[in-house]
Amino acid sequence: MSDTNEISNTSEQRRQFLKTSVGAAAVAIAPGMLMFDMAHGKSEAVSGKVRWGMLINTANCEDCDKCVKACNKENGLSGGLSPTDSQWVRKVELKDMRTGRSLALPMMCQHCAEPPCVDVCPTGASFKRADGIVLVDKHICIGCRYCMMACPYKARSFVHEPLHDQKPDVPRGKGVVESCTMCVQRIDKGLQPACAEACPNKSILFGNLNDPDSEISNKMRTQASTQVRADLGLDTGLRYQGI
Amino acid sequence: MANHSPLRFKNRVFYTLVAAGGLVVLMGLYAAHMMEGHGHIITGMNNQIVWGMPHVFAIFLIVSASGVLNVSSIGSVFNKPAYKARAPLAGLLSIAMLAGGLTVLMLDLGRPDRIIVAMTRFNPTSVFAWNIFLYSGMFSAVALYLWTMMEKRMNPWSKPAGLLVFVWRFVLTTGTGVIFSFLVARQAYGTAILPPMFIVMSFAWGMAVFHVAQSSIYEWNEKLLDPYVQKRMKNLMGVLVIAALYFVAAYHLTNLYFARQTGFERFILLDGGVYPLVFWIGYFLLGNLLPLLLIYHPALGKSKSILFASLLIILGGFCFLYVFIIGGQAFPLSIFPGYQVTSSFGDGAIGLYQPSLPEIMLGMGGVGIAFLITTIGVRVLDFVPHELPKSA
Repeated sequence: MSDTNEISNTSEQRRQFLKTSVGAAAVAIAPGMLMFDMAHGKSEAVSGKVRWGMLINTANCEDCDKCVKACNKENGLSGGLSPTDSQWVRKVELKDMRTGRSLALPMMCQHCAEPPCVDVCPTGASFKRADGIVLVDKHICIGCRYCMMACPYKARSFVHEPLHDQKPDVPRGKGVVESCTMCVQRIDKGLQPACAEACPNKSILFGNLNDPDSEISNKMRTQASTQVRADLGLDTGLRYQGI
Repeated sequence: MANHSPLRFKNRVFYTLVAAGGLVVLMGLYAAHMMEGHGHIITGMNNQIVWGMPHVFAIFLIVSASGVLNVSSIGSVFNKPAYKARAPLAGLLSIAMLAGGLTVLMLDLGRPDRIIVAMTRFNPTSVFAWNIFLYSGMFSAVALYLWTMMEKRMNPWSKPAGLLVFVWRFVLTTGTGVIFSFLVARQAYGTAILPPMFIVMSFAWGMAVFHVAQSSIYEWNEKLLDPYVQKRMKNLMGVLVIAALYFVAAYHLTNLYFARQTGFERFILLDGGVYPLVFWIGYFLLGNLLPLLLIYHPALGKSKSILFASLLIILGGFCFLYVFIIGGQAFPLSIFPGYQVTSSFGDGAIGLYQPSLPEIMLGMGGVGIAFLITTIGVRVLDFVPHELPKSA
């Protein structure tokens, strides 16, 4: 009889032990799972049904550099202007050589549908997301700079020096190539790119080119816009008005 | 009867050469270490001139590595005994220069530590990725070819192996030319003439490198080159220099004909500062006219002047690549044709480039590697040409 009691005591202890272990494991893992979810934001994958693009109206582009400053701040760029500093967006001043008409516009990665940088990249570090955003995988880039040779828009920068105090959402690194990401970290949270948001005249219109009812699609359907170096046939995600 | 025992450098000369070569290689490695620590900020390269001196050295070495195999191709594929005797030396030089050039390219990467990534992830549309196959395949093909020549049992296979190398070197130099041909938006590049131009240039530069190596080895071993062989090789070198010049002329003349390209040609050939100077004085005068005079002038054409001509052709090669690679990038991209362009990022402006000591040291390190491999190879294995009694 006492034997049976001992056995049931032991199984009770075992049961208790298992319960405590499971509880402790749950307490240990749960915050990690929560953090994982928080870090990854929305769980659905990027879809090819969307193609992000921008329409830039040069007529409204003022003599300011708020888009450039907003980009630098959002992405943690130094804002330095030496030939070795990164510039993801730059203001370009244009003057028609025949007529003398002058204008200014922000120039950055044109997020081509047929990006030459992606074609030439030996490791596949340069890639195009399903939603049309052209990016560099900073973990795979070997720093050969062939993409910089291939880009028709001079959109890419090479990190020439060690970096400090980087933004957690925007990984960068010495010895790799980088360029405008269309503020992918903001788009994935449902926000607009920093430059579009900062423009005082709303000259940069951001939206989904694949949605016929989006503001950008409507505008592009009714008003003239051009691709920079349209002759190259790269089908850029950025379009300009007034050039 | 010719002396069939392998010639060996005298000990003192050999060790001096190895020490000198080793020192240059160490300097190159030190430069790479500095670049790894400080970043490319210590080079002259920037966001406009993204490829600089290391690429001039690396491309010269790789293109010449293919060109030097002329000698073995003529021997094996076209059955000329005078060249066949020299095929092993040509193979050794090819492997040596390929190793030197690739080391420079690899150490110039922003992340040379990720070379394993380049080996394991291939983007099938990238010429660079193809070239990783082409370069490693070239090593294997030439090594196989050397084996079939130097191992008596394998001698019957040396002709097919020679043919493999012959085909591979064409594809390899095409691959190198195509790196530039495939650049759609750069005015200096993006033309189909570049691969054949690189192939013919590789012939001329490779012959010159072979000649310098052969003359040095013969000189240090107090051996005289058969005048008949010398005459044949110098005439071939002259023809190849003229052929390369023809391609360069066709490239520039075509550009001059297109209105959209005349600005670029003006820059490279006339008012681009250092680039026209290096092109006309370095490449055209010193690298082509003077060597041709030394080769073909009836009063000249002896061994000393051929050696001098070869050295000048090599100098010309470096000058050409400097203008082609760096000058080609210095000219601004035509992003907005018809507009005058200015920006904080150098749009519309000529790119500034000042080669720095570390990048030159890195490039020289590649030459040092090629030199070291050749010197040790010639010493330990039987690479020196054995003259047949009657060369034909």
